[in-house]
Amino acid sequence: MAFTNEQLERYSRHIILKEVGAKGQKKLLNSSVLIIGAGGLGSPAALYLAAAGVGTIGIADADEVDLSNLQRQIIHATKDVGKPKVLSAKESMEAINPDVTVKTYQTFVDSETIMDLIKDYDFIIDGTDNFPAKFLINDACVMAKKPFSHAGILRFQGQLMTYVPGEGPCYRCVFKDPPPKDAVPTCKQAGVIGAMGGVIGSLQAMEAIKYILGVGDLLTGYLLTYDALTMEFRKIKLPQHVKSCPVCGEHPTITELIDYEQAECDGVL
Amino acid sequence: MSEIKIDDTVDITDVVCPVTFVKAKVALEELDEGQILSIRMNDGEPVQNVPRSIKEEGHQILKLDDNEDGTYTLYVKKVED
Repeated sequence: MAFTNEQLERYSRHIILKEVGAKGQKKLLNSSVLIIGAGGLGSPAALYLAAAGVGTIGIADADEVDLSNLQRQIIHATKDVGKPKVLSAKESMEAINPDVTVKTYQTFVDSETIMDLIKDYDFIIDGTDNFPAKFLINDACVMAKKPFSHAGILRFQGQLMTYVPGEGPCYRCVFKDPPPKDAVPTCKQAGVIGAMGGVIGSLQAMEAIKYILGVGDLLTGYLLTYDALTMEFRKIKLPQHVKSCPVCGEHPTITELIDYEQAECDGVL
Repeated sequence: MSEIKIDDTVDITDVVCPVTFVKAKVALEELDEGQILSIRMNDGEPVQNVPRSIKEEGHQILKLDDNEDGTYTLYVKKVED
């Protein structure tokens, strides 16, 4: 595939980079990323991946755009209130970059649907807002041997880690089970600064791009935390291999996907 | 200087900075080590910047010809990192 002059111009700031070049840009154009959740994290991730020319982007979310989403979910506009989030997200991504094919899945991601959703994608971004979905995405990606980026945001804090099969711990190695209901407030109860989704969701997009290009070091084996109030990033080293992990350990006890009961959150991320 | 044997040619007179360099860089990526690319470029900004950028990438500049029609032709030998 040869680049058109328009593509050379669009991607010039990528192609100029030694670590990207024409080869790297072609890798991006031939790659596919699935974003689960078109919310606070998924919005910036989707916009940056579309702008970067990731050729196929899947976006999964069952919800419709709500006025209270717009404080942080920057892929949606005021005119989109009431519209399915996946449709609004698709329109924004295609408006940025016509090179990108956007596939929409207006569905709840559960044990019935997730394996089929992730199977055709090179990299998965967890942009969900609740623990049942986070554990489900982890377990499914471990079982399907798919790399993914986990992230969570609340108030002035955010965190992320990257899982690559065989190259470090999974989310469950670090957080064994979902916390008890009401132990952790949802962001609807607790609030979140909109820009936090921008910081952490953009880092997730960066991890996906680095994974596709095969450059640099990923956040595998580390949890990165960000506290906006103290303006501190911490990169916490995780155990490289948790033999007792119930899903990726030596003797897995979780061999089927689990639908944990979900605390009310209404997709506030 | 003996005649240079050219392996490929690219015309960057139809684009402007920074796409001039990008188009030349992409054409160089397609070549093998030691092959020679001739690049036709406009006078002014391209001829001032493109040869320098290509040199910074580690390639070898062989010759710059003035075509006396407002364009120049740069001959570059590809050097892999």
